Amino acid sequence: MSADHTSSVISARVRHVEALLESRGLLDEGEIDGRIDEFLAGGTPANGARITARAWVDPGFRERLLADANAAIREVGLSMAGGLQEQRLKVVANTADEHNVVVCTLCSCYPIALLGPSPGWYKSEAYRSRVVRDPRGVLREFGLELPERTRISVWDASAESRYMVVPRRPEGTEGLSEEQLAALVTRKGLIGTAAV
Amino acid sequence: MSRINDVGGMAGFPAIAEEPDEPPFHADWEAHVFALNGALIKRGVYNLDEFRDAIERMPPEEYLAASYYERWFTAITTLLAEKGVALPHELEVPRG
Repeated sequence: MSADHTSSVISARVRHVEALLESRGLLDEGEIDGRIDEFLAGGTPANGARITARAWVDPGFRERLLADANAAIREVGLSMAGGLQEQRLKVVANTADEHNVVVCTLCSCYPIALLGPSPGWYKSEAYRSRVVRDPRGVLREFGLELPERTRISVWDASAESRYMVVPRRPEGTEGLSEEQLAALVTRKGLIGTAAV
Repeated sequence: MSRINDVGGMAGFPAIAEEPDEPPFHADWEAHVFALNGALIKRGVYNLDEFRDAIERMPPEEYLAASYYERWFTAITTLLAEKGVALPHELEVPRG
């Protein structure tokens, strides 16, 4: 059976279940489209990048962020309450001695309210199973070679707790504005599978 | 006993594959499944923990064979039947 065929079969089933739920008053017309639009217009890694840049330029903010991320991100107009329930956010910062990387071994828990949809590899069994056993090897596959002396901490997200990594500020960026700094930060940097 | 979703540390999975410029959803139905789940949880048909549990108790061979949003849809239809919202056969597309 081809992937296209599987897709058209499930597509028809989804439409059927939606229609059934509409007929039983459990779904309003247009509700699904509205939710999709809202989701796609929601979080993006630019939010995490903005938080990171602020932490790089403002040591006080960095301290508050690492102590109580849910409160600190409100200072930059962000919140973890955008999803089905407010989730606890813990932000961990990379240093010269320690690198952090995030996973959800049980499913796909991720700060969607903040970073938007997670990448497919984050949800894959391959990543979930291996990054806790061999983080250094997995990071190397992502092109991130860490010195042997760098300690790696792997944070396993759960239903109630989400994590985000603050990458290290790159050398030679002293003259950049906060906005320019934010532009350097990638989604993988915020998960911990890239340096920035 | 741990369930099949508890893969942390397990060996035997393939290499990690990155997809460049990956879209949030790979097909329209995936977006619909995502939104449908949010709507049903908001209405209190079931809650997030029940949803997660419905994915995690899938038979291991089905879990491993299913894509991410196929698992979601399986969980949604399982819960709709268990909660008495619809009979199992009503959740299937009528033949013919």
